[in-house]
Order: sequence, then C-alpha cells, then structure tokens
Amino acid sequence: MDLNIAGIRLDVTEDGYLTDVSQWTKEIGAEIAKNEGVVMTDRHWEVVSWLQEQVKNDVALSVRGIKNSGVLDIKEFYALFPNGPLKVSTKIAGVPKPKSCI
Amino acid sequence: MKNLVILGAGTAGTMMANHLVSKLPKTEWKITIVDQYKTHYYQPGFLFLPFDTYTEDQVKKVGKKFIPKGVNYIQKKIEQIFPEENKVELEDETLQYDILIVATGCKIAPQETEGMKGENWHKTVFDFYTFEGSLALRNKLRDWKGGKMVVHFTEMPIKCPVAPLEFVFLADSYFTKKGMRDKVDLTYVTPLGGAFTKPKATAALSHLMKEKNIKVVTDFNIERVDNEKNQIIDYGETAVDFDLLVTVPTNMGDEVIERSGMGDDLNFVPTHHNTLQSLDHENVFVIGDASNIPASKAGSVAHFASETLTDNILLYIDGKPLKEEFDGHANCFIETGNNKALLIDFNYKFEPLEGTFPIAGIGPLKLLKESIFNHWGKLAFRWIYWNMLLKGIPIPMVSRNMSLKGKKIN
Repeated sequence: MDLNIAGIRLDVTEDGYLTDVSQWTKEIGAEIAKNEGVVMTDRHWEVVSWLQEQVKNDVALSVRGIKNSGVLDIKEFYALFPNGPLKVSTKIAGVPKPKSCI
Repeated sequence: MKNLVILGAGTAGTMMANHLVSKLPKTEWKITIVDQYKTHYYQPGFLFLPFDTYTEDQVKKVGKKFIPKGVNYIQKKIEQIFPEENKVELEDETLQYDILIVATGCKIAPQETEGMKGENWHKTVFDFYTFEGSLALRNKLRDWKGGKMVVHFTEMPIKCPVAPLEFVFLADSYFTKKGMRDKVDLTYVTPLGGAFTKPKATAALSHLMKEKNIKVVTDFNIERVDNEKNQIIDYGETAVDFDLLVTVPTNMGDEVIERSGMGDDLNFVPTHHNTLQSLDHENVFVIGDASNIPASKAGSVAHFASETLTDNILLYIDGKPLKEEFDGHANCFIETGNNKALLIDFNYKFEPLEGTFPIAGIGPLKLLKESIFNHWGKLAFRWIYWNMLLKGIPIPMVSRNMSLKGKKIN
C-alpha cells in the first residue's frame, strides 16, 4: 500500500505504518499524529526520538521498556498517547509496532 | 591445543556441540560445553502437558545422552563471562577460551510484574513455560470445575510467540471434549494490537477466535496481578477478571549475561543478524534465545542458525570473512485444536504466507491453513527433535534459508 502524506508518496502497511523508517520526516510524523488525534508537543517529539533510537539499536519496544527508559514514566506515556500508547506512538515515529510471528 | 567453549546445553548449545565435534580437528581443538542442569526438556511439549496429551516422561531426558563423545561436558553453574580476558568463571574453576558460543537461552521472569509471582502462583496463576508450571497446571485442570480462564502474555519478545494462542485453542478443544465447554469462559489477552498481527495471518485466521467463542482483549499492558480480586490490571487501569490465569511472564536472558555486562535491558546479547557473531567481541558467537536478533525465539530458528554458525566458526578459525547468510528462518507448527494445526514458514523479511510445503505445488503440508496432516507433523516433531534436530541432522528438503517456492506472495 502507499499513502500520500505532506505531498510525499510513502510505502505503508495495511494499517498505516511506514515500512521504511528512512522515509520519515518530522512533517510526516506530524501529519500521522493529526490523523491519530494527537496534538504534538516537544515532549511528544522527545518520546518519538527515543523510540526511533531504540529501534535503531534493535531493542524490542514494550511498555515495560518505557518504565526503565528514564525518559518518561508510563502514566505520562498513556497521557501523551491515549488509546494504545505504543501502537499510536510507533505509528507517529515511523517505526514498526511490536508484532508477533503471525 | 585451542579451546572452544559452549555455554548452555539446551537446544542450541547441544546442536552446536554435535555440529562442531565432527568439523574441528581433535588434535587442535578441545570442545567444552557447560550447563548446570542434568535434564534436557522438550520445551514444545510444555504446551501439551497441561492437557494430558503428553506425559512427564515424554518431555524430558537426561541431557548427557545428547552430548557427543569427544566433547567435554561440565555440569556446573556459570558465574561470569569475562569477554575482555577470554575466560569464563564457573563455580569452582575457570575456563580459558579461544572461541566462545553463548547459548544460555531465556526464561520467564514473573518477578518483573507486581503480584504475578504472589500468593496465588501455581494455585490460580500459572505459567506453562516451565516444567513445574506446566505440570502444576495439568494437575489443576484435571479437576477444575470451570469459570473464567484468561490466557495472557506480558510483552514481546517471548519464546515461541504463538504458544499462548495455541494454548487457548487447545483449551477450547480440551474443555469441549470433557463436555464442560459451556462452563468455561475463555479470554485471550495480548499487549499487541490483535490476536493476529501480520496481514496475511490476520486475513486467514481471524475467524478462529469467533468460531471457538474466545474473547479477545488487545493493547493490554499489564501493570499488576491483583491477588485479592483475582484480576489483571493494565497501565490504563483496564481490569480483566479471572478464576484461572494462564500467563506468559516477561522473558529474559540468563542472569549470567547481566552479571557479565554483555546484555541489553532484557539480558539479550547484541548479535549480528546474519553472521551470529556478537557485536562487541569478535571471538564470541551467540545462538538461540540468548541473542537479540529479531527472529522468533524457537528451536527451529536455532536449528537453521546452527548450520550458518557452524560454517562461520570454521571461517573465523581460517581468518576468512564470515557469511552474512542467516535470514531469520523459522518453521513452526501451530496447534489450532480439534486435532488440527497450521504450518508457518517465514524469515526476517517475509511474513508467514499461504502455500504448500516443502514441495512447491504438492506439499504435502499446507502453509497458514488448518489441516489434520499439519497436526500429525507437530506430533511427529517430538521424535524429530530428539533424534534429528539435537544431533544436528538436517531435515530433508528444508533448507537453512527460507525458500519462496510454493508460497503465494500476493
């Protein structure tokens, strides 16, 4: 599937996740956030950068990982990205959401 | 004399010992394998033990039986690895190595979740990822009168990520056969966005949950187990009631990895995805569940990886560049209940697809589709595990790298 965001054609999964993180820009992140009903603040962007860094280092993302991140606590994570914080924040960050084998 | 030391005599470590004993010249190399435990468990059998499909004896054997002659087998606790000094400290001796293979696996860490390993552990809160947990659950189920059964997993990555799904399918079958399905309310609780998370599998398999009357709770990130109210509660304050909780706790690499300062937050060792060399030390290689590679933590992955790793150890000894060959290949049977199973075959890049396996267009096994034949395959796998896999014997027609032949890509 592909999607047009901020005038750029992007490859995305069927549920709207970027398949190539190198296509990600802050404008694209902001546009995805808007579709998810999230108003981005500096704090949101900090979390997005942290998630991208984790993925780059092959660290499996989990809510527990957030707890030990030193970046924010889980309560704040839920407040910033309501309705499935990991699902929403990874989409905005342009990284894959945690998945299983099937 | 040079030393190759393997840490861990589980699935991956045992396979490496069997591969290398015939490849390394005995006059130049001494192979040592270390594991403190005497028993080798057939871990896929822990799924069947609770339902009385397998007996205790069918899932465990004496580990020594599978270590080849010519390999030095030490049954001692590993205290610490000193990768800068090429040595491993055991409880009462120190081993020097030229090459180290880390195969220390991963295990459940229920203590990571508040209240999980509390007063109700193995009474109404069970795991089935340990022999003890699986056996305790079997004894509980034998005379359980019914109620709310919640099948849950805490977070990814876990060993065999489809096992919780298989468990809930087999539970449906088990209670139906016992004539008490109407007395059991089955709920599957996952931290992920759905019971199925890959597009092809979602399309092909979502109907199963409905057909079997299994409720699904998604995006559930457990914060604690409330042992008073018998609830699991997530960080968003959603609560799920249970009478019987079957959970997969957080999975972590062995504590020796943490003590040695070689792991990530979950004690998994950073490892090159395609060569299986550790990222920090060139004479340290990592195989099986101990590594952080983004492949499934499964015996079949260790099996395919062991073939590449054997080649790479020989290349490393010769001072040649390593093969960047391993593709994350996994091949797993998935029980869906009522004596049926699915087969999936996938790697880092390709999600499980529909098709035929291992012979394109013929099969006889069908990919991503329920069949009785696949169920027989799963049961036959126990024999294959003990008699072929551990001994490092290649499975006929199944190559180390995934093949696209017979698969429907679109």
